[in-house]
Amino acid sequence: MKYILMMAGKKSDFEGYARWSKEDLQANVAFMRTFSRELKDTGVFVSTEGLGWPSEAKLVRAGKNGEPVTDGVFPEAKEFLAGYWIIDVESPEQAYKIAARASQAPGAGGKPANMPIEVRPVLSGHADLGL
Amino acid sequence: MKYILLMSGTKAGVEGYHAWPKQDIEAHMAVLQRINQDLTESREFVATQGLAEPKEAKVVRGEKNGVPVTDGIFPESKEFLLGYWIVDVPNAERAYAIAGRISAASVNMPIEVRQFATHEAKSR
Amino acid sequence: MTDHPYDAPFEHLLRELAPQVLGAVARRFRDFSSAEDAVQEAMIAAFTRWPQEGVPENPRGWLIQVACRRMADRMRSEIARRERETAVAAEAENLASLPEIEADVDPDDTLILLFMCCHPVLTPSSAIALTLRAVGGLTTAEIANAFLVPEATMAQRISRAKQTIKTSGAPFCLPSPHERADRLPAVLHVLYLIFSEGYTSSIGSHLQRFDLAREAIRLTRNTKTLLPDNAEVAGLLALMLLTDARRTARSGPDEELIPLDKQDRSLWDRVEISEGTELLTAALAKGAVGLYQLQAAIAAVHDEAAQVEDTDWPQILALYELLKRVSPSPMVTLNHAIAAAMVHGPAQGLQLLRALDTDPRLASHYRLDAVRAHLLEKTGDYEAAIEHYRVAAARTTSIPERNYLMTQAARLAGD
Repeated sequence: MKYILMMAGKKSDFEGYARWSKEDLQANVAFMRTFSRELKDTGVFVSTEGLGWPSEAKLVRAGKNGEPVTDGVFPEAKEFLAGYWIIDVESPEQAYKIAARASQAPGAGGKPANMPIEVRPVLSGHADLGL
Repeated sequence: MKYILLMSGTKAGVEGYHAWPKQDIEAHMAVLQRINQDLTESREFVATQGLAEPKEAKVVRGEKNGVPVTDGIFPESKEFLLGYWIVDVPNAERAYAIAGRISAASVNMPIEVRQFATHEAKSR
Repeated sequence: MTDHPYDAPFEHLLRELAPQVLGAVARRFRDFSSAEDAVQEAMIAAFTRWPQEGVPENPRGWLIQVACRRMADRMRSEIARRERETAVAAEAENLASLPEIEADVDPDDTLILLFMCCHPVLTPSSAIALTLRAVGGLTTAEIANAFLVPEATMAQRISRAKQTIKTSGAPFCLPSPHERADRLPAVLHVLYLIFSEGYTSSIGSHLQRFDLAREAIRLTRNTKTLLPDNAEVAGLLALMLLTDARRTARSGPDEELIPLDKQDRSLWDRVEISEGTELLTAALAKGAVGLYQLQAAIAAVHDEAAQVEDTDWPQILALYELLKRVSPSPMVTLNHAIAAAMVHGPAQGLQLLRALDTDPRLASHYRLDAVRAHLLEKTGDYEAAIEHYRVAAARTTSIPERNYLMTQAARLAGD
């Protein structure tokens, strides 16, 4: 079963992250690299991506003549997706255990950040055998 | 360049969608499929995923005694990710155009467009 | 199975030969894990060279020879690296004469491999991956593609599975008849899972993926040839054929799901149905009735009905009652409730579902709501049916299922 593990933050969280000390940033990057490596070594890795900064984010709607209309204004409280992992595991419990590990990535001051990681099943193209 | 196109919704929004007339639901599915086919033909398609609704979501925060600490509570108004498309296109404008098409097919709900961070060192 | 992008003309041959070659090499060098790697390399060599050089006159001998050379090379560098430890020095004696091991090909080898790859110590996905590679002869890329994971991830999964087997100390030999009886259910379960994976993801052909359902049928056929007197193997093969027969009819032009009662039965594969029914009849005659035979029997009753109105529901109900005794599970109870509803009315079916409300295994499973919605609709309680269709749609992790359930709710709401 495939699950997505998502990390998100408000604009202020991203801005805070940008102000971390060099050591803290390096520790976090090193942790993420090791974490992805572990996912690969245990044969559960499907994909991972980091997303660009919220300042680059755009909201797009279709305009009157079908042309896209873009808008870069978001509420302060909006949670932006920072990045995700997709894993393929035997059970939801295994997914939560892996998410708990991701949650312990070191944050400011080098301590485990205990970030909330949202875990959701990824929909599949399977249809039940049923009857 | 890779962009991710995010479609989000709220609980109320999703419930509204569930209450659409049958033909509208079917038409919507057909249009989204068409878009995926076109993107595959133009070789811009990288991936698309739908996510299970938030009733199936858990938020995990660290571990206590080796057991993940989970919490499944989502406030009514919270926006959550429904799904996304990943496209590989030459520039942002093309990504916006694709997003616009998805939006038009989906009662003009706003599609958030974000570029992927790469591991390449960028000159500052 | 035609025009599959991976189907080079000799691919079928390679896949049939793979377990035979692996058996011979693993037995010779007494190292399943390294032999498996060596055979993989030999297969890759075949893929590269046979299109240019042509298929050799003795393809199996060719593969064995190439694999053995790889093993020998590997062991020589091991020896050089370890600088003559006693155990290793003994191996060097073996290398002195690379034997004519063509004669070593033992028909039991595939069976040994099956038991090894489906060892209970492995997780289901590890067993599936290893079986497809070692017994099925699929490449890592093909397996990865079939399961929509990166190739490197699948390679790692297989590698770890082999490591687990190595650590478990399982010897390369057939389990005793007593052990075999104990271990066979695990083998059949893995084959069933492979079929299920292939069949349930066959909706929508835009993704060119390896046909796992056909592969499962092939592997189960081979297993039946190796265990010709086993009624459960025959039952499993029958179940796969009787289910696969409906494959074309189960999805529509827009990849939408079409349930059994709405399928165009002229699209069902009569040849598969006929073969499945024959197999089943022969298996049932053997006496002991097991899980797969019962499921196959239920599938056969459905497949016998030329029109949905002709379906012999009382027989299906009786079979589910048997199944509830032989192999009880929440899913069986659910399906039993549907059958009961068809025979005694939807209220009866709904009554039976109530027993499942307190079952923690089904607590948030979408099928309970889906079945309940279906039965509520039959009683005319449309409001409640719509509610349960929507809950089921929100809970399922299957896109085709979700679309189907949403359209059911929308259909009722529109009336």
